[in-house]
Amino acid sequence: MEAIDASLVDWSRAQFALTAMYHWLFVPLTLGLGVVMAIMETLYVRTGREFWKQTAKFWMKLFGINFAMGVATGIILEFEFGTNWSNYSWFVGDIFGAPLAIEGILAFFMESTFIAVMYFGWNKVSKRAHLASTWLTIIGATISAWWILVANAWMQHPVGMEFNPDTVRNEMVDFVAVAFNGGAVVKFCHTVVSSWVLGCVFVVGVSCWYLLRGRHKEFAHASIRVAAWFGLVASLLTAYTGHHSGRIIAEQQPMKLAAAEGLYEGGTQQGLVMAGVLRPGVDWAAPTEEDKMLLNIEMPYALSVLATHKVDGYVPGIRNILEGGYPLPDGSVALSAEEKMLRGRKAIEALGEYRDAEDAEDKAAALKALRENFAYFGYGYLKSPADLVPPVPLTFYSFRIMVILGGYFIVLFAGLLVLRQHVERWRLVQWGVVLTIPLAWLASQAGWVVAEVGRQPWAIQGLLPNVAAISRLETGAVQTTFFIFLFLFTLLLVAELGIMGKAIATGPETDKPAA
Amino acid sequence: MIMDDISFLQHYWWFLVSLLGALLVFLMFVQGGQSLIWTLGKTEEQRRMLLLATGRKWELTFTTLVTFGGAFFASFPLFYSTSFGGAYWVWVLILLCFVLQAVSYEFQLKRSNLLGTNTYRVFLLLNGILGPLLIGTAVGTFFSGAEFVVNKAAVASPGMPVISSWVNPLHGLEAALVPQNLLLGISVLLLTRVLACLYFAENIADAPLKEMCRKRLVMESGFFLLFFLTWLVYLLFSVGFAVGADGSVYLEPYKYLHNLQAMPGVTVMLLMGVLMVLGGMLKGILGWKYAFWLAGPGTVLVVLALLLCAGWNHTAYYPSVADLQSSLTIENSSSSLFTLKTMTYVSFIIPFVIAYIAWAWRALDCEPITVVETEEH
Repeated sequence: MEAIDASLVDWSRAQFALTAMYHWLFVPLTLGLGVVMAIMETLYVRTGREFWKQTAKFWMKLFGINFAMGVATGIILEFEFGTNWSNYSWFVGDIFGAPLAIEGILAFFMESTFIAVMYFGWNKVSKRAHLASTWLTIIGATISAWWILVANAWMQHPVGMEFNPDTVRNEMVDFVAVAFNGGAVVKFCHTVVSSWVLGCVFVVGVSCWYLLRGRHKEFAHASIRVAAWFGLVASLLTAYTGHHSGRIIAEQQPMKLAAAEGLYEGGTQQGLVMAGVLRPGVDWAAPTEEDKMLLNIEMPYALSVLATHKVDGYVPGIRNILEGGYPLPDGSVALSAEEKMLRGRKAIEALGEYRDAEDAEDKAAALKALRENFAYFGYGYLKSPADLVPPVPLTFYSFRIMVILGGYFIVLFAGLLVLRQHVERWRLVQWGVVLTIPLAWLASQAGWVVAEVGRQPWAIQGLLPNVAAISRLETGAVQTTFFIFLFLFTLLLVAELGIMGKAIATGPETDKPAA
Repeated sequence: MIMDDISFLQHYWWFLVSLLGALLVFLMFVQGGQSLIWTLGKTEEQRRMLLLATGRKWELTFTTLVTFGGAFFASFPLFYSTSFGGAYWVWVLILLCFVLQAVSYEFQLKRSNLLGTNTYRVFLLLNGILGPLLIGTAVGTFFSGAEFVVNKAAVASPGMPVISSWVNPLHGLEAALVPQNLLLGISVLLLTRVLACLYFAENIADAPLKEMCRKRLVMESGFFLLFFLTWLVYLLFSVGFAVGADGSVYLEPYKYLHNLQAMPGVTVMLLMGVLMVLGGMLKGILGWKYAFWLAGPGTVLVVLALLLCAGWNHTAYYPSVADLQSSLTIENSSSSLFTLKTMTYVSFIIPFVIAYIAWAWRALDCEPITVVETEEH
């Protein structure tokens, strides 16, 4: 019997991860810096001060350099759903394609039309029309993010669809559930506000660099003032939405939560790991004699409260999820992984029988069996319960990096606001802020690692594992394109950093007299 | 009710996807312009003006390509799954040359850009030639067929659940070995160059450059007509892929000619489009105004009519020459009624989108580009 080459799945995943991670280097800066520069242009239109125009134009220049790379990597990402995940594209294309198309029609055209006016229209349209174009560019980018995150949230928690055995795919039955379910709303809010944080860290970092060099001081102080206020609000909102995101993960993706917490044995009154070190090389899918954690400093009861809003709420660990038998919030008892896989195989067999059946009675019987077991359909493609355990160390440490840095950004922005009169004199603080710039990207990437690595092996949670979502290609073809993309993206990233660095070194034209 | 008629919605979405495809070909005058950077731009100032002219528009072309992909995915997901996952190398090459374009406009004149101005301009040249050529060649397979097999029942095989497989190991590159696909690819490339000459002549205030555009137009138009008419005549007299009442696909001689006979509206659209393109070329050669705005919409009509011919009137729009019954039709590859209906409501916003694009286009192109303007950017 033919079988899918496991290395093809791994390389396809690697290529998608590479593209997504590169794409996410640029998008959050677009979303964050876009709002900052739009605020500055608004100040220009309201006050009429040339200073604000030049300030806005400087940040726009950096925005444009970054935007181009976001666009370049984004197109690859969209089409990779077809090129590398063709089975996925059919199996759920009826639902998943819609957000991508709506993104193009509603958002991407808005963004690409008004960005041209924003860059080339300074002397061609009125001040207010230009300001509107700037805001519409960033609104377009944000709406674009909405639809992409709707699509991603749907992969994390598929809703609003039914399986059609005649077409052998899932079909949308409730658009509102797909586009506006709680998971999508929270994911959008958390992702966008955290991008604002990144944009603000970038602005205060670059501004502090000017203070260090003793140049463009008025520009630097003005930029710090705007970005620190905006950044503080955004980082508090990030923490708030992050909390809600955690609660949704607890409900919908308990394995991800267990991996993020390094929780092997679950139970009631669970504490939240504040600081922890995992024992290296441990098999997280099987019991071990040693404790799987070398160090574990917990906040008592906090995980139970986060996940269930109760001090004695039950939080399952990896072992519990694999072995089942624990009570679910709806009062039923969780099935073991083996049972889920068995029922998944029954669903797949029933689908085959349904398609082969010639008389109505056999068809009806097969359909009944398919419906009864469909909730576990995706489990039928898995080979072993261990396949259900995501890479725990990567998820665990990424989660800690994200949370710790998120807390640090709140302190940073609050500190800059309180002490902004003294920042100019404190070079150590200025250096600290400059060195914080890459940390914003680290936090952002870590967040996506938790979201995506933590839900492995699923392309669509519970419904379709990666192994069944793949395109039928030669592994060598995907390896080749992986390295082509790696080389090209890296080359262009280095070029972008060089251009950005030069533009920053040149600085804004705020010191020049108005024309 | 018409909105509950899946057949109507399948035809409507094939129309919209075709319209997006037609707009994409029109907007690829940007690529045509890039392919002429050194042919038309004899001085650095001229090259800067050429790149500023297309640089204001490249994102619109890019967005149309992305939306074309998204709309195809949403309305005909089996095509997305089969073609992109099968004709891997063609699509990857197309994507790569668009990646190069996306950064090159922004990076080419920036200091410390690592690769130097000319490298980014070579990237633009590559995108300008390969983009239209590859897209045209890929669209050629809508009429000549491709080598794939679709078996939806494979989902019930846990070991190998992939429903579509490409039979040819070249994974799409073999399309370039089919003469009629290449003819179409070259025609699309030449058409984009014709449109670019017309656009430059109207939007750049530089007399020698305008003159050069007009001279270039004669040659590009002649070659375009030669290649395109050869392809069109071949198409109309070739065997096409028809769909029977039971959904089975069979070969039908003169299928696309029959389609034009069966759809007089589409025939009129095609003829009008051809006349407008010819009229635009003639006006351009004579140096008259608004030639671009005659040839551009003419291009949209021609491409739209041809794509409607590929999918409407019981025709398989993506035929499989490896297994005829695996061929994709608008019926067997579409999304469900619910999704098509939902997307149809969303599509009602398109006139609003076109309106603001028109406003922005007009605002930016109200004055021809001058050397002074290139210095500001």
